[in-house]
This record gives sequence, structure tokens and C-alpha cells, in this order.
Amino acid sequence: MSNQSFTHLDVLESESIHIMREVAAECKNPALLFSGGKDSIVMLRLAEKAFRPARLPFPLVHIDTEHNFPEVIACRDKLASDLGERLIVRSLDDSIKKGTIVLKNADQGRNVFQSVTLLETIAEFEFDACIGGARRDEEKARAKERIFSFRDEFGQWDPKNQRPELWDTYNTRVHAGENIRVFPISNWTEMDIWEYIARENLYIPEIYYAHERDVIRRDNGILPVSHLVQPKSGEKIEKMTVRFRTVGDMTCTCPVESNARNAQEIIEETAITRITERGATRMDDQTSEASMELRKKEGYF
Amino acid sequence: MSNTTQLLRFITAGSVDDGKSTLIGRLLHDSKSIFEDQLSAITKTSERRGGLGSVDLSLLTDGLQAEREQGITIDVAYRYFATPKRKFIIGDTPGHEQYTRNMVTAASTANLAVILIDARKGVLTQTRRHTFIASLVGVPHVVLAVNKMDMVDYSQEKFDAICTEYRAFAAQLGLHDMTCIPMSALNGDMVVERGENLNWYQGSPLLELLENVVIDYDINTTDFRYPVQWVCRPQTQEYHDFRGYMGRIESGVITVGDEITIQPSGRTTKVKEIVTYDGNLQSARAPQSVTLTLTDEIDISRGDMFVKSETMPQVSKEFEAMLCWLSESPLDLNRKYIIKHTTRVVKCSFARLGYRVDVNTLEQHSSSALNMNDIARVAMKVQLPLVFDSYIKNRFTGSFIVIDEATNNTVAAGMIA
Repeated sequence: MSNQSFTHLDVLESESIHIMREVAAECKNPALLFSGGKDSIVMLRLAEKAFRPARLPFPLVHIDTEHNFPEVIACRDKLASDLGERLIVRSLDDSIKKGTIVLKNADQGRNVFQSVTLLETIAEFEFDACIGGARRDEEKARAKERIFSFRDEFGQWDPKNQRPELWDTYNTRVHAGENIRVFPISNWTEMDIWEYIARENLYIPEIYYAHERDVIRRDNGILPVSHLVQPKSGEKIEKMTVRFRTVGDMTCTCPVESNARNAQEIIEETAITRITERGATRMDDQTSEASMELRKKEGYF
Repeated sequence: MSNTTQLLRFITAGSVDDGKSTLIGRLLHDSKSIFEDQLSAITKTSERRGGLGSVDLSLLTDGLQAEREQGITIDVAYRYFATPKRKFIIGDTPGHEQYTRNMVTAASTANLAVILIDARKGVLTQTRRHTFIASLVGVPHVVLAVNKMDMVDYSQEKFDAICTEYRAFAAQLGLHDMTCIPMSALNGDMVVERGENLNWYQGSPLLELLENVVIDYDINTTDFRYPVQWVCRPQTQEYHDFRGYMGRIESGVITVGDEITIQPSGRTTKVKEIVTYDGNLQSARAPQSVTLTLTDEIDISRGDMFVKSETMPQVSKEFEAMLCWLSESPLDLNRKYIIKHTTRVVKCSFARLGYRVDVNTLEQHSSSALNMNDIARVAMKVQLPLVFDSYIKNRFTGSFIVIDEATNNTVAAGMIA
């Protein structure tokens, strides 16, 4: 072993652990954003690797759109309780009741509003750092974001005024009221995530694997039928064998046709797919070329 | 594939005119890392801008709205691609003069730099600047990509002349591992495939070199350096007396039973266990993140460094360094700043400004000010001793950042002499 080279997963894992420990050591009151999605499940395992045999030095926080797949919420709760870690859930419904989120219609997509509830939660608990599972390969605004991404008191990201980030020496300093978002898996790709899920044998929501589901076709995509998405006139329900590459808001997260029933088969599919992860699955990212950048400027993850 | 693939981080330096975007586009395209939806998005944008029917591959890496509007690259963009042999992270840096700080940033984590030149223009001021920065930041491997060979009739004579001139320059800088490759990114010669136009060239195409360059020794393998990040005290029933020191091995190797010295206190003890989530290890090495327990109870906290007693680092409150100034506000010699070096954060002041290096000519000038993108030799004083090596010996324990306490911005990058 000692003469063998480390694999890319070993190196990425060690880098992520190093980042999490820097956050724990230098930030006063950090939180780990945890949704029950695959990237945050990888993050949770990395946090265990960083801090065991002690408990995690930060709580898990989920900003719940109330538009999540029930399987994902069940997985979120199971993993948090199996590990005995503290889980804080704040719901967009609370912000809607308070009037800080105003919807145009009751079942519109909610991803864009997560920033509001996230910022309210940051203020409520006085978090100075939120550790998130964003990856640079997901989207081109993210490709230019730092691992330690500084946000002003309004939670805004200023892409033209980012702190230089050199070596592995991270600047974690903020003034009161400001905070940083930290992305320990910045350098991981979708493929790395699946290889890690396979290697670590991680438990993830079953909807990531191929299953039969009622869907409708809308706007060049396939949408899962649920209490939030019902066929409009002219649309008909079809049964398809699908899996989800990402799990987000049920009203705008599309599954892909697939027969991959385990992590290994997904790795094989990922190796030959010709569509990006978000391109295949997120209707809200396709509205304009700068959608993600605009959302990040408003305080999104 | 996942059981053996290694990770290589490299940067590309050069301007759009040298065909940098085309080269990156070619690497991504020929390794099947450009996706259909990305291609269709940039095709739409190219058409909307009245492009001449060709797809502008630079749009792939220009991720920010302002960049797309102005047709410039502002910041380092990270791109990812893989072959069955290796995973690659490209740090794509803008080539314009004012962006020295971006190249320093991207180069700081790179194993290799691809410096691009136009075969018609040969070695330019910009080439020298990029090469100097690569050597300053200690990028272990450098490739000179002599692009646009199609524009000079694939002339071996022309290529040889450029290489001879460049090698002489690189030798002055002490670059150890340097390779020149002729290529045409546009036609795909010597990028991924050999092509048919450069048969006189005996070396490997760029991708083959990227897949095979030996990077195991880019990390210092001899001097054990272990900055303590976090002290782990679970205080549970099961781990009542457990006290572990968490960190990442920045260089060298450690084995259970090894004698270590804790700096800066100088106390010695032995490694009792190497603890990881996946079980205890007998031995570990850079760049593993682990937890060490020790045979003696010693007062140790974050910022201390474990080293092996036979290879000692320097411990001092004064040192000299090469500094690259990154901030729009110039250095104020009357002020105190903050240094972050490994896991230690201390106040510092600048005792003396030495020479400034003209990155275009490599000439040294005396200097009384440091502005953004300036590189200079400085003498520094810190409030508490730092445990360090020279940057040439150790990239991790020889580097630091300077932070302005008033703004909390990172204002400089330092490399200890």
C-alpha cells in the first residue's frame, strides 16, 4: 500500500476532510447544509471521516421547499437519526406565512425562494459559515466560485470581487453579520460522486435508481406526476422506467429514462451520457444562460 | 477505472489569440467531455452575437455574465475531464497583463503548466511572464505548447528555433522538467491524436504527456510535516480519555512508534496510533488526512506542527519571502497585517522591502511600494514563531497568505525564501 499512488478519490476525499476541519477550527458557528440528496449524503460521510470518533462539530440544516420527494425526506431523517446528529429543518412555508416569500401561484417552482428561508435561518441561528455540496462541474458560474465563498450581510455573492484562494490556505475571516459558504466537494464531478457512493456503499434515496413511475411530457422534458404536478388538458400520463440524476423541487426536477438499478450501473451510464446533470434534470436552470449566477448573487447556495 | 486513476491538476496560460480556448475545447471535445446541452447553449449564444457560423469555444469557460457581455475572461475557471488513465482539473487563467494574480492563484495548486505560444510570434514578453510565474510558484512540470504550427507550414526549423530560445530562458529560472510540443489545436495535431502533419516530432502528443507525467514526487516525500488542525476530544463514555490530533500530512511519512517533535515548543513524544474512520493504520503519508494519538500527554493546540526529529524545519519570528501583491490597495508599510501559514494565524509587519521583479524582463529594481500584481522580495516579522521550510523545499510549509484585518481580504501570497 505505502508505495502505491493514491487514487483521485483518495486525494479528493482528503482535500474535503481538510476543508471541513478548517471550517470547524476557524468558524465560530458553522452548519452543514443537508438535504438528503446524493451530494449532501457524500458530504455527511466526509464529515464523519473528518470528525469521528467525536460527534460532528456542527448541526445539519435543511431548507425544506415542501416540494421535495417524500423518499428524499425519509432518507434525510433516517440518516440524521441513525448517526444521532442534530438536524434543524426550516420550511419555506414558514417564510410564506410570515410574508417574506410571496408566491405568484401556489404550485410554482420553489428553488428560487430557498435563498430567503436560508438567510432567515442563518440570521436565526447566527451561523457564520454554511457548508454546502455544490460542485464546480455542475454549472459555469459555479466553475468560478471559490471553495470558501464570501457573502455580504445580504447573502450576496459578488463574482467580480472574490478573494484570491491560494494553495490550501483558506481565508475564513468575516465581520459580524457576514458569512461564508464553504464547498468541500467543489472539485468533485458527478462521476466522482457515484464512484464514491459505490466505494463507500452509501445509502441514498431509492429514486436515484431506476424504477417505474407515472410521468407526463411537458416543455421538452419528462415530469413526475405527483400531488403538485397533474396532467393539463392534452397531456397524458405514461409509465416509464426512470431514475433521477438530481432530486430537487418536484415541480421542476425531471427524471431520465434509465435501467440502472445500482451505483455501478449508474457509473456505466454516466460514462457515456451526452447531457450534463443539470441540463437533463432542472427546468429552472434553463430559463437563461445566467440563471444560476443570478440566483447566487441573491444569496442562493 | 476508479481503482487506479490518479488526479492531475494543470493550468493553461496564454491569450485567446494563441488559441487557448481552442486547445481546451479540443481536449474536452476529443475526450468527450463537452455535453450536447452545453454545445447547444454556446451555439445559440454564438449565433445571437452574430458569430460567423463557427462556435466560440471560449464561451464554455467564460461563466460569468460580465465575461460573456465583454468577451473577456475575468477569473480562473475550473474545468474537469477524465480519460481512463487520469482525472484532470484544468485551471484556466486569463492571459491579460493585469491578471498576474489569477495565474498565481491557479498555479499554486497545479502539478503542471501548459504555456501556449503562437508559432508565428515565437517567445513573447507574455511567454516569459507566464514562465516566470510558473517557476516562482514552483509548478513542478512545464509544457511549452507551440501552437498554430499549421500557420508556419509545420516547419521543424521554426519549432526548433523557438525551443532553443525558450530552453535558454527556462534554464535561467531553474525549471527542471520542461517539454516543448509542436501542435495545431485547430486541426487537432499533437493535442489528443498525433495527426499526420508533424511526423518529424518524436515526442508524445499533449494528452499522452498529461496522462503519463510522473507526479508522485511532486509532494515532498522525505520531511514529515503535520500541522495540527483540530484537537479531537469526544468525551463520550466509550472514548473518555481519547485525545487525537487531526490534520493532513502535508509531506513525508509517519509510522506508529515514530518519534516526533512538536514545534514550536520542541517537546518530543511518540506516535501511538494513526486513527481513521476506516480503521487504524500502521503507516500513513502525504496527502492523507488522519488523526494521531501520542504516547505522552502534552499541551498541544491548533497551529502546532508535528515533525520527525531527524528532519527539522525552521522555527523563527523573522524570515524573507517573495511576495505577490494581490490587492487593489497597495501595501502600507506602516500597518500590521495578518498571516495565515499552515494552520497558524498571526500578526505580521513588513520590516523591509527588497527588490521588485519586473515580470516581463526579470530585471530586479529597488522598490518603495507594492501595487497589485507586483512581485517583490520582502523581510517580514511575525508576532509568534512560525514553523516553516523554504518554499523550494516544501510548497505547503513554505507558503502563506496575507490578510488585511480591516477588510478581511486576502491581499498577498507569500513564498518563503
